[in-house]
Amino acid sequence: MAAVTRMTAVQAAEPAFEQPVLSVQGLKKRIRDKWIIKGVSFDIGAGEVFGFLGPNGAGKTTTIRMLVGLIKPTEGTIHVCGMDLTKRTNEALSQIGCIVENPELYGYLTGWENLEHFARMLPDVGPDRIREVTAIVGMDARIHDKVRTYSLGMRQRLGIAQALLGRPRLLILDEPTNGLDPQGIKEMREFIRQLAAGGLSVFVSSHLLSEIQLMCDRVAIISHGAVIAVGGVADLIRQETERVVWHVSPRQEAVQLLPARFPKAVRVLEEEGMSKQELAELAPDAWQGIATEMSAERIPDVTQALVQEGIRIFSVTIQNPTLEDLFLRVTEGKRIE
Amino acid sequence: MSSWSFGLYPLVCNETIKMMRKRRFLVIVLILLVLIPIFSYAQMRISQESQKQLGTSDWRLKTEQQVKEITNRLSGSRTIPGSWRQQMELQVKQLQYALDKNINPATPNGVTFTREFMINAIGLFLPLMVAVIAADLVSGEQSAGTIKLLLTRPVSRWRILLSKLLTLIMFTSLIVLLTGIFCYLIGGGFFGYRGWTEPVLSGFRIIGDQLDTSAVRAIPQWRFILMEFGLAWFSCVVVACLSLMVSVLVRSTAAAMGIMMAALIAGSILSAMASSWHSAKYLFMINLQTTDFLTGSQTPVPGLTIGFSLAVLGIWALAGLIIAFAVFTRRDILN
Repeated sequence: MAAVTRMTAVQAAEPAFEQPVLSVQGLKKRIRDKWIIKGVSFDIGAGEVFGFLGPNGAGKTTTIRMLVGLIKPTEGTIHVCGMDLTKRTNEALSQIGCIVENPELYGYLTGWENLEHFARMLPDVGPDRIREVTAIVGMDARIHDKVRTYSLGMRQRLGIAQALLGRPRLLILDEPTNGLDPQGIKEMREFIRQLAAGGLSVFVSSHLLSEIQLMCDRVAIISHGAVIAVGGVADLIRQETERVVWHVSPRQEAVQLLPARFPKAVRVLEEEGMSKQELAELAPDAWQGIATEMSAERIPDVTQALVQEGIRIFSVTIQNPTLEDLFLRVTEGKRIE
Repeated sequence: MSSWSFGLYPLVCNETIKMMRKRRFLVIVLILLVLIPIFSYAQMRISQESQKQLGTSDWRLKTEQQVKEITNRLSGSRTIPGSWRQQMELQVKQLQYALDKNINPATPNGVTFTREFMINAIGLFLPLMVAVIAADLVSGEQSAGTIKLLLTRPVSRWRILLSKLLTLIMFTSLIVLLTGIFCYLIGGGFFGYRGWTEPVLSGFRIIGDQLDTSAVRAIPQWRFILMEFGLAWFSCVVVACLSLMVSVLVRSTAAAMGIMMAALIAGSILSAMASSWHSAKYLFMINLQTTDFLTGSQTPVPGLTIGFSLAVLGIWALAGLIIAFAVFTRRDILN
């Protein structure tokens, strides 16, 4: 039965119309008198890597705990493959594999014994499947050692092996790259993409923007317990206007010329890292950069205008907008690493 | 679509493996293996000593001597407090009864040692051992964080707690059983392995401050031990249920253990002074010493009956389990 479910999951990865693997609507949580989560909604499709981005303390882990049934939502619904998590808890949970916060397994048991332990809590998971997931996460060499002796990276991998045991359709990982070295982070990223390519949906929470941008298809941004933006990573970034940095001389003339000639299309930004005083004191022919917010399509027009006025151009650089820009805009500058 | 509603057996398997690998149970076995020889040796020294004093190994002479000693003490001193006095009077009556019926109240052999050890262990020692293995069953998973994985698997929470309870009852039974086996084997090494069929007087009842001997019968020692271990098992299971509740309610194993130890030790202190505080009889720890009803000893609170004690214990255990299950199945796991 499980094998059939798996196949449909892989097939369903292609078409655009399908039931979401995870659908969260209007999720709220009150603990005593305080609303910890004030409204979280999003859908995750099959084979999608979904990022859950927010600063520490924004409510990521609380939301995850609700997704896996550790905490009961005060309001809102969670559907896993169409099954209501609060009503058909066990059926819904059998579609989910998860690591909540740290991968805490029984330190006094070996990796293999830990997997056996959790395999006994699932239907139709035998030694073959344990061997399979051990191979998937590349733990074969040390699987019979006590977990107490494992490094954090190995615990993380064992945790994922455990999560994959029941052939879930959704994998939930809470800060999976936390505490890993750069090599480990890269491996984890590739591993997650690889799982998604096989049709598995992956929900990844992180407070690291670069992380989410590199590995996720779609992202929800959470701040102070509420989701403030959801969308494709590429779409969200596209919404941000591009930045073009000009290195020209004489600089002052260009700064005056640009808004005059292109009042709507080009916006000159404050110079980064320099005060107005310093800018004014610059030599007129110094070719300091000018940061502008404009569409890259207008570069030829602007170039022509500058050249006509006798301004010399040394370089034109297009700066790709990042999630960080978006994040800073939507959270209005709330700090993030 | 109910392929995951499989039986409890794999869950009990899991709990048993964890219990064994945590080595707590092993520690308890070691404690028994160290303490029982010590008690056996002490017991041997006591009987050697009294034999030397009396210059005889005849139990009748020894018992008569004992009766004389206690009677002397009773008549010689007016300052013995009431409850003590009563206890001593009861003891004299029991010994006298044994002399009348020509039944040795304490034959020196491994079986008698087992019987005496259990009477002394039921009130505090065994409950403490049970608390040691029970206190971390849930709190240990909480503090280690493994509870998060355990409760996100497609298994209902009540099944998980039930599997823990069944495993705990299994190991509690094993502790009681092993205590008996070790006592017999080790005690037998000191005093000999015979004595299963020797008669024991049972059925003394205390009505008011009088010893009622109308129901006293001599039963073979093996039957006495069977009843005694049954009662001890029941007391231990009650302690196990209550420890499980504390383990659910408290997040740290040390705190859970502390609470149970405090309750049990308070119980044995209270037992010594509760004779005038009658409502103490509703506390579970006052009622743990259920073997009193077999031996006809003075109960901590006068007027306790075996039915009452077992009912109080049963209600406490049941209430503990109801609280444990209600909290465990509903609670948000936040840490």
